[in-house]
Amino acid sequence: MQLTSRSKVVSNKTMTFKERIYLPAIFSGMMITLSHLFKKKVTIQYPEQTRPVSQIYRGQHTLKRDEIGAERCTACGLCAIACPAEAIIMVAAERKKGEEHLYREEKYAAVYEINMLRCIFCGDCEEACPKEAIFLTDRKVDSDYQRKSFIYGKDILVEGIEPDKRVDVSKRETAAVAEFKTHKEYDHNKVLKRNNK
Amino acid sequence: MAKVTIDGHSIEVPDGTTILQAARMIVDANNYEGANIAPPTMCYYSKLKTSGGYCRTCIVKVTKGSEKDPRPMPKPVASCRTTVMDGMEVVNITSPEVLESRKAVVEFLLINHPLDCPICDQAGECHLQDLGYEHGLAKTRYDFERRTFEKIDIGPYVKLHMTRCIMCFRCIKVADQITDNRFQGMLFRGDASEISTYIEKAIDNDFSGNVIDVCPVGALTDKTFRFKSRVWFAKPMDAHRYCKKCSGKVAIWLKADEVLRVTSRKDKWGEAEEWICNECRFEKKKTSDWIIEGPRHIDRHSVISANHYENLTKLKLDIGKQQKQLADKK
Repeated sequence: MQLTSRSKVVSNKTMTFKERIYLPAIFSGMMITLSHLFKKKVTIQYPEQTRPVSQIYRGQHTLKRDEIGAERCTACGLCAIACPAEAIIMVAAERKKGEEHLYREEKYAAVYEINMLRCIFCGDCEEACPKEAIFLTDRKVDSDYQRKSFIYGKDILVEGIEPDKRVDVSKRETAAVAEFKTHKEYDHNKVLKRNNK
Repeated sequence: MAKVTIDGHSIEVPDGTTILQAARMIVDANNYEGANIAPPTMCYYSKLKTSGGYCRTCIVKVTKGSEKDPRPMPKPVASCRTTVMDGMEVVNITSPEVLESRKAVVEFLLINHPLDCPICDQAGECHLQDLGYEHGLAKTRYDFERRTFEKIDIGPYVKLHMTRCIMCFRCIKVADQITDNRFQGMLFRGDASEISTYIEKAIDNDFSGNVIDVCPVGALTDKTFRFKSRVWFAKPMDAHRYCKKCSGKVAIWLKADEVLRVTSRKDKWGEAEEWICNECRFEKKKTSDWIIEGPRHIDRHSVISANHYENLTKLKLDIGKQQKQLADKK
């Protein structure tokens, strides 16, 4: 019974003299190898060289601060409920008096953890966020030997206050988003109209 | 008895029934899942006397006044305050005019309501959120500053956020009717009106905590639950304890073994089934205090139902039965 059209009948024919001395086959193989020396390399020298990355590449997350350096995240939990991999957990806390420069709203995330091994980098958290707090960036998640080091807490996720430590996410903004930001109903996310009531 | 037709569904109801109650009776009688034809309510509460008539979300259109006087009513009426007449015909969701007016009502309710759902503990079980989602506009047309208030501390258990209040008077009716001393009331008038305990007196009645359950928005919230968790991350369970003051039948909201908060059990209209006392609500925060009956049914349209599975044994039995039927057919 013929199972496939690609099957071949094995024959046990004797080799010719050219095949029996092997050298022509070896040299033709060597020529292929040699020809590759003069072709363009397909690999790059990774740590020194990097490939170009899209501006909207979805890599390691960042938790943004606002213009005066207060954390934007209010621990509303929408990223965690939107996350299909259930990678995000958070614990909320109430802002105390004198912490207004640290946290934008009355409530903030005291603990915010993303399990980078669970995360599938879909960007749903970014989309769900009503406060423009979480963004995926074009940075890659570093490799490590231990699983526990992949649970990123606020110490890794929150960007620094200093201007040089801020993470630029402006390139992720599409034309539609930029247009939406000029709308009136977006005002509550602007610094000038901070509603702390 | 009066025969009333709402959105094409007829029912015989006793005289003196309101259109809203009749609509709910139709839903109950037909066992509708969606419960669409019952108008939404923000201020009416069937368990509180004289509630209703403030918020106007339950407006419906009466297309035929009664058998004797078949003329339609000129304007949409508040269904919670309008009693039925024999032969009355009412349209609710089948009338574009009613839906349009309800949208306008929602817009008015949201004029001064702050957009702080991300920090509000009521988010996820807020009636105004649902109403805005179903009937409202996605954006505001209001240009002016929203109304703000000085914060008032009304006691160790209940947190008052006056900015979120929509003036439904439900909490005042609770203070009037459920507790024996009224310490709460409405101050000032019109746009400036606000809920307050009289001369900022702490509400220390045993049943004062029920104002949290009746509040349709996040104006009155549980201080012991403040910022503990979003409601959809907590697991609601039916539980009871033997309480001398109240029935002790409550819903507890768990996170692992910790009782995050205790609320009354809400029926499908979002109303408390039984009032519970402050001791049950605020002081019994251990699982050992409660006898847990089982997971609480949450409507699948609610965000709280995400990742909550109930009746797993029943589900397994059903699947087993189906598989057996299929096997028998072969």
